[in-house]
Amino acid sequence: MKYTPNPPAVVEDMLHSLGLNTIDGLYTDIPEELKINGLNLPSGLSEIELRKEIKRLAGENLSTEDYPCFLGAGAYDHYIPAALTELLGRSEFYTAYTPYQPEISQGILQSIFEYQTLICRLTGMDVVNASMYDGASALAEAAKLAALSTKREKILVPDTVHPEYLQVLKTYSLSGAMEIVVVPGKNGVADTEAMVAQIDKSVAGVIIQQPNFYGNLEAPEEIVQAVHSNKGLFVMCADPISMAIFKTPAKWGADIVVGEGQPLGNSLNFGGPYLGFFASTSKLLRRIPGRIVGQTADEDGKRAFVLTLQAREQHIRREKALSNICSNQALCALAATIYLTLVGPEGLKEIAVRSHQLAVYAQNQLEKAGFALKYQAPYFREFAIKLDDPAGANKRLLENGIIGGYELEDGMLLAFTEKRTKEEIDKLVAVLGGEKHE
Amino acid sequence: MSKLIFEKDIKGSNKFSLPPCDVPQVEISQHIPEKYLRQEELNLPELSEIETVRHFTELSHQAYGVDDGFYPLGSCTMKYNPKINEWAASLPGFTGLHPYQPVDTVQGAMELMYNTQEMLCEITGMDAMTLQPAAGAHGEMTGVMTIKAYHQRNKDVKRTKIIVPDSAHGTNPASAHVVGYEVVEVKSDDRGLVDIDDLREKMNDEVAGFMLTNPNTLGLFEEHIKDIAAIVHNAGGLLYYDGANLNAVMGVSRPGDMGFDIVHLNLHKTFSTPHGGGGPGSGPVGVKAFLADFLPIPVVVKEADKYIFDYDRPLSIGKIKEFYGNFGVVIKTYAYLRSLGAEGIREASQNAVLNANYIRNKLKDYYYIPFDRLCKHEFVASSRNQVKENGVTTLDVAKRLMDFGYHPPTVYFPLIVEEALMIEPTETESKERLDTFIDALVEIAREAKEKPELVKSAPHTTIIKRVDEVTAARKPVVKWED
Amino acid sequence: MNIPKELLYTNDHEWLKVDGDKAYIGITDYAQHSMGDIVFVELPEVDTEIAVGESLVVIESVKAVSSVFSPISGTILEANEELEESPESLNEDPYTNYIVAITISNKEELKELLSADEYEKICKEEE
Repeated sequence: MKYTPNPPAVVEDMLHSLGLNTIDGLYTDIPEELKINGLNLPSGLSEIELRKEIKRLAGENLSTEDYPCFLGAGAYDHYIPAALTELLGRSEFYTAYTPYQPEISQGILQSIFEYQTLICRLTGMDVVNASMYDGASALAEAAKLAALSTKREKILVPDTVHPEYLQVLKTYSLSGAMEIVVVPGKNGVADTEAMVAQIDKSVAGVIIQQPNFYGNLEAPEEIVQAVHSNKGLFVMCADPISMAIFKTPAKWGADIVVGEGQPLGNSLNFGGPYLGFFASTSKLLRRIPGRIVGQTADEDGKRAFVLTLQAREQHIRREKALSNICSNQALCALAATIYLTLVGPEGLKEIAVRSHQLAVYAQNQLEKAGFALKYQAPYFREFAIKLDDPAGANKRLLENGIIGGYELEDGMLLAFTEKRTKEEIDKLVAVLGGEKHE
Repeated sequence: MSKLIFEKDIKGSNKFSLPPCDVPQVEISQHIPEKYLRQEELNLPELSEIETVRHFTELSHQAYGVDDGFYPLGSCTMKYNPKINEWAASLPGFTGLHPYQPVDTVQGAMELMYNTQEMLCEITGMDAMTLQPAAGAHGEMTGVMTIKAYHQRNKDVKRTKIIVPDSAHGTNPASAHVVGYEVVEVKSDDRGLVDIDDLREKMNDEVAGFMLTNPNTLGLFEEHIKDIAAIVHNAGGLLYYDGANLNAVMGVSRPGDMGFDIVHLNLHKTFSTPHGGGGPGSGPVGVKAFLADFLPIPVVVKEADKYIFDYDRPLSIGKIKEFYGNFGVVIKTYAYLRSLGAEGIREASQNAVLNANYIRNKLKDYYYIPFDRLCKHEFVASSRNQVKENGVTTLDVAKRLMDFGYHPPTVYFPLIVEEALMIEPTETESKERLDTFIDALVEIAREAKEKPELVKSAPHTTIIKRVDEVTAARKPVVKWED
Repeated sequence: MNIPKELLYTNDHEWLKVDGDKAYIGITDYAQHSMGDIVFVELPEVDTEIAVGESLVVIESVKAVSSVFSPISGTILEANEELEESPESLNEDPYTNYIVAITISNKEELKELLSADEYEKICKEEE
């Protein structure tokens, strides 16, 4: 199947209009020795054939649509309302480019403005950008912003942050603009004493993930106080669903808030596309990376929205730009906007509370079956249990039609969303229990 | 202009519900100390489902996508986004995959990734490919980090500079800078190509690499690319291919054969995946074999008949993103490549180049074309004459095009052409479409002479007129306040 | 174009007014005009030491960004904070609205600057 509409005779006419006889005449500027004689790729497929091939590939995967999933660790199996999928499929949205021309892009600009406002209200922060690639890269950009705006290099981060986020932070530090110092945690949360001991005037920023990688809630009061009294920035990497019921990052004292926005209406998609959200205090507005939509008026005084503060960005500031981000995850941010509107404030709270209740139920059942929690900190919708052979346990779960948890060295991280049921949890516990007593 | 969701808030109208709870309904405060709990009201709007659907449908009517009309946005390759690709990416066998599922349960997804990598290697002439970068700029950063890691590995630490042409995309210097390089600009010559003498002068043992788009942002093929590669390589530098314009040469010529060491692609340009109103894109990076070890982890490899993620790569630059990239976007590219096949890919490029030259040729009597010769998939026109004669600028022409039902071309880029209008039609447009677009631009040129005010005050048919960007930037309002 | 006689100028379209041991620095009418509507001025911190040619402030218009490079070396004494609230005053009256005041640490550097007449010639050449 090809998508070039011109029939051969028209192509010929067009070539003639240019004084050419063959299509090769369009490539006389490429040296002959650089031309290839065709690609070594399969021939094209009709749509009927392609559909079969795609179905074959999709069919070779085991989907969380069909199997209950207790994996979390940064990507969560929350429910996506049908209306969201329908709206996101409107091609005016998904086939549009970045809204650089406001007169014909008000719909997209307004949806981004709504997204910014929603994330402000969720996090308690003043300003939000139009999205970043994902939670990990948003965190790396936040760390870089902390370094550049304080003119310091050191970023302190506990190892209770998602290990892949730590890796991304380290990769981004190749720029030389920041130095990542990882501080070992204690009992599944950040080691406050060790962190505070390292905070001084050389520290640009401190990062805390809430809830952290192990699902545990961090209590960063003393850390925040220490970093602020040394004029560094406090960066919080937070789960968006949890904020419906837990203290906002703003109230914890965050200067920059980032996080993985996937739980807000984005499919698991084998890891992407997701979106990173990025929020800050108004003080940092003119330095934050990425696109921002602002409200203004048109010539007739009508309310209008427009991409603003573009002088921060790479297409204007070029090598002086603080970030190189251009394309972002706009459609995923639109999904988040539609999601939050569809579930509403009560729905979001209910989703958060239900996820927590199911986790608490699972903890009780697991403890009754003889399992122990790995950590004792309060958690949201995910916790770690001790387990000698997590790989074996997962294999067993899979044989019983369950996608198990994230394997830790001597345990397993189990996540619970509102989609899980008592029945599924009972089965999880039964299979895990059987495994343990074998 | 529509009301915002916050202005449509009716308490109690949202009827979203969960199934009945069949586990004990513990109070959140029972397990969680108060200091962790949200203190303030969760101030989100409440809308019924039907009003939500109407709201976003209404917003969609105020957006303009490729499906709405011709989108000749230079450097952005706004080609048709085939619907079968959307179908493919929406299958539960893909959307429902958790990234940490055991590899045995995701073999279909991994086969798709592996085969996409292989096909992209063949098209670019590269030996290894990573699908992890989320967008073009992210790919650039990954590519430049690879350059840095390579030189560091060779203990060649005095290389602190990256060269970019003065016609480069803004992301090139920005990407080089965020990886810690000083940016040096090389001039374009009077034919719009890299000034070889200037490059020779600036290329030395302090330069880590040269980032080049070929064809360049003027839509011109860098004819001396072999010489350029030799100059860069002889001085120990690496040659980087910005794949933004690959749509011009797919199946005809390969960056790998031209002497490029690193390539980034934009699946959302060349490989037909939609732009989503700004993203998600996908920016795979391909390299020659000698750089393969530096690519981000994990790499999808095939062992016997099984696909696995290889994390054991000590020279890797590390991770640049969580998980494995924008997999959902990669599915669409896979479907596209399989649809077109070898011959279709080549034909796509050929038609893209034909369409661009067709428009250029028809417009040259009406607009100044600074480099009026065979172009590739795009060309740059200028409203220079209109400005001089009637004070009608490129911005005015762009805005007036909206009244004719078109998305404007890229304007004021590249920076080296005054009043630039960068036009990229892509291969998926018919001659009839191109003709009506040409007619519109010719008509606007006539209007610029006869009734310039009409053009200067455009657009006239859109829901809003030109906006006050100055106030937006001086006194930013970036969220709604009741 | 307005080029007050009593000020000193640079090739980069900055003006400098000597006031005893300190100097006021701003941008010229030509500069504000070519930048267009100025939307933001990123001021330096007071007490920062700065060398000749170093970036002093960054000025943003809607579609452009420019650095103002320090014409002399010294320590920054004042930054005109009113510009943070109303950057447009640089468009309205670029000579009354200075950007920073800086100590003059080396009077020799003033000799490198241009007189109003010399500066006017440069502006004409650039037009």
